[in-house]
Amino acid sequence: MDRKQKNVAKINPNDLKIMRRLVSGIVGLTMLLAGCAASSQKNSSRLDLIKQRNELICGVSGKIPGFSFLDSDGNYQGLDVDICKAFAAAIIGDSEKIQYRPLTAAERFTAIKTGEIDLLSRNTTFTLSRDASEGNGLAFAPVVFHDGQGLMVKKGSGINVLENLANKSICLGSGTTTEQNINDAFESASLPYTPIKYQDLNQVVAGYLQGRCSAMTSDRSQLAAARSGFKNPKNHIILDNVLSKEPLAPASDGQDQKLADAMRWVIFALISAEEQGITKLNIDEKVQLAKNNPQLKPLRRFLGIDGGLGEKIGLSNDFVVKVISTTGNYGEIYQRHLGANSDVPIPRGLNELHNKGGIHIAPPFN
Amino acid sequence: MNRNQKIFSQFGICIICISVIGILINNLTINLIRTGLGFNFSWIFKPASFALAEHVLPYSSSDSYAWALFIGWLNSLKVIISSLLLATCLGTLIGFARTGKNSLLGLFSAGYITIIRQTPLLLQLMFWYFVGFLGLKNNMFFHIKNIFKISNQGIEFLGLTLSSEFSALLFGLSIFTSAYIAEVIRGGILSVSRGQWEAFRSLGLSERKGLLKIIIPQALPAIIPGLTSQYLNLAKNSTLAIAVGYSDIYAINDTIINQTGRAIECFLILLTSFLLLNLLISNSMETINKIIINSRKYN
Repeated sequence: MDRKQKNVAKINPNDLKIMRRLVSGIVGLTMLLAGCAASSQKNSSRLDLIKQRNELICGVSGKIPGFSFLDSDGNYQGLDVDICKAFAAAIIGDSEKIQYRPLTAAERFTAIKTGEIDLLSRNTTFTLSRDASEGNGLAFAPVVFHDGQGLMVKKGSGINVLENLANKSICLGSGTTTEQNINDAFESASLPYTPIKYQDLNQVVAGYLQGRCSAMTSDRSQLAAARSGFKNPKNHIILDNVLSKEPLAPASDGQDQKLADAMRWVIFALISAEEQGITKLNIDEKVQLAKNNPQLKPLRRFLGIDGGLGEKIGLSNDFVVKVISTTGNYGEIYQRHLGANSDVPIPRGLNELHNKGGIHIAPPFN
Repeated sequence: MNRNQKIFSQFGICIICISVIGILINNLTINLIRTGLGFNFSWIFKPASFALAEHVLPYSSSDSYAWALFIGWLNSLKVIISSLLLATCLGTLIGFARTGKNSLLGLFSAGYITIIRQTPLLLQLMFWYFVGFLGLKNNMFFHIKNIFKISNQGIEFLGLTLSSEFSALLFGLSIFTSAYIAEVIRGGILSVSRGQWEAFRSLGLSERKGLLKIIIPQALPAIIPGLTSQYLNLAKNSTLAIAVGYSDIYAINDTIINQTGRAIECFLILLTSFLLLNLLISNSMETINKIIINSRKYN
């Protein structure tokens, strides 16, 4: 050890200076590179990243029957899940190439902004603050389910209208629009109440069933879904009071216009296909029909034979065909998960097409 | 190594540390700006527009986010301080029972410590809340006149009402921490040499008096540091309140992040408030420790 120390030459102060310059140079260069990497990422769309990765990372709830729920085989099923599949079919061309990320209400927006997920299909209410660049900074696709917040109480509890709930406890999920809506409703009616907030819908249900609260509140679809899992669903009623509009829509990062465009038109394609009576069963027939009849201009454009519409939004021209042959049109998706014969029957109501008394409408594919 | 080499290596390590931190901060800032999440605290004085079930000071949904956060901090403080006291009492009793001569008590406390220490806290909290409290019937499971009442709505004691969320958290945290405190106490008592026990016995002091006057004062310097870290753990564990629906600062932060989308600012606030709280706890414990050591010097 001693010998070794003697052999080491003394360091020249000039060497020290050179070293210092070298190190600071390296640091500067790294910072520059990090900056470049960050700014180059800004220009490339998530859409290209998904294609490159050949997999779509889709944020879902995973806990709401009818919307996204694990079935007995361990696969996610539901309306929100089918919307993910439609996106994957349109972008990648394969609805199996999806990685589902179950997220809580509180996690979902951060997951989009940090890029942990590509898009969110998780019964998320479209609101101004969430859309705003100064708020959550998201981009919303068209509404896939028009919902409204409701209240569920036990039958025979003597609670029939909102006013009966004065001074009572209400179980709800925190970090959702639910929290604000219930507050608005009770405050505008000058009714005092106690909110018992849980992080997760299952806990809300447990709190309500165990009698901690006189009522539970959530979107009416979620109440119906939760009730379907109760031992005696008939012992619980959903009050007629609708506390809010809850247009539920898929969302992506607001700064990525390209992905938002693609998502928007995939949803419109689902609705438009229902308007035109194009289904999973007859899609091949319709394609043949369009190919053989050059005079069917709108159908040819819609199915990507003419017009090159898909390319304009970064998808293949026949994206509509891929989507419909995977999930069927919007009506078919609804029927499968929320129809009268499903486990969570919810009347279509506002979710009908515009020409059948609902409010779903698709702009022209021109 | 000669002196120059030493200076050089120190200098090198400094440069590396600074550059790593620099790169991280630089990356964070660039990414925050890129994702439109640049620092902004202007939201903090806007109305919160959500209600809270429990608040020590007056609160309404038209109060600001800042006030809501402060209420949350007070709620955290309330549950931390009360479970700290309860856990210390319970832990001390169990710790004494564990080291005492009564073998049945010793066996019981050993079992208690084993079970409590070997199951996750989250599970215990869920148990206390969903099974312990919400499992009770609404129509007064246990009821003594108007003095004491316990039901699935909480505990009422001489006009003092504790919600079932608060009670479950208080029980869960106290019992969990008491098992650790008991072990700290036992360690402290065992650190006093056997000779001390023999000495007070030969002087004819009773067991109880000997324990209080001879053993405990000597065990305290060994107990306090261990106790401090248990207290700090308790404070941090209190954020699990969100699992049982108690509105502590973490739960309120969660709501605010969702309403404002300001995750990083909110986490900074959370970080600062816990830092403050834990500094408060560790500093007071340090002071207590010094007082004890000083008092022993002059005796």
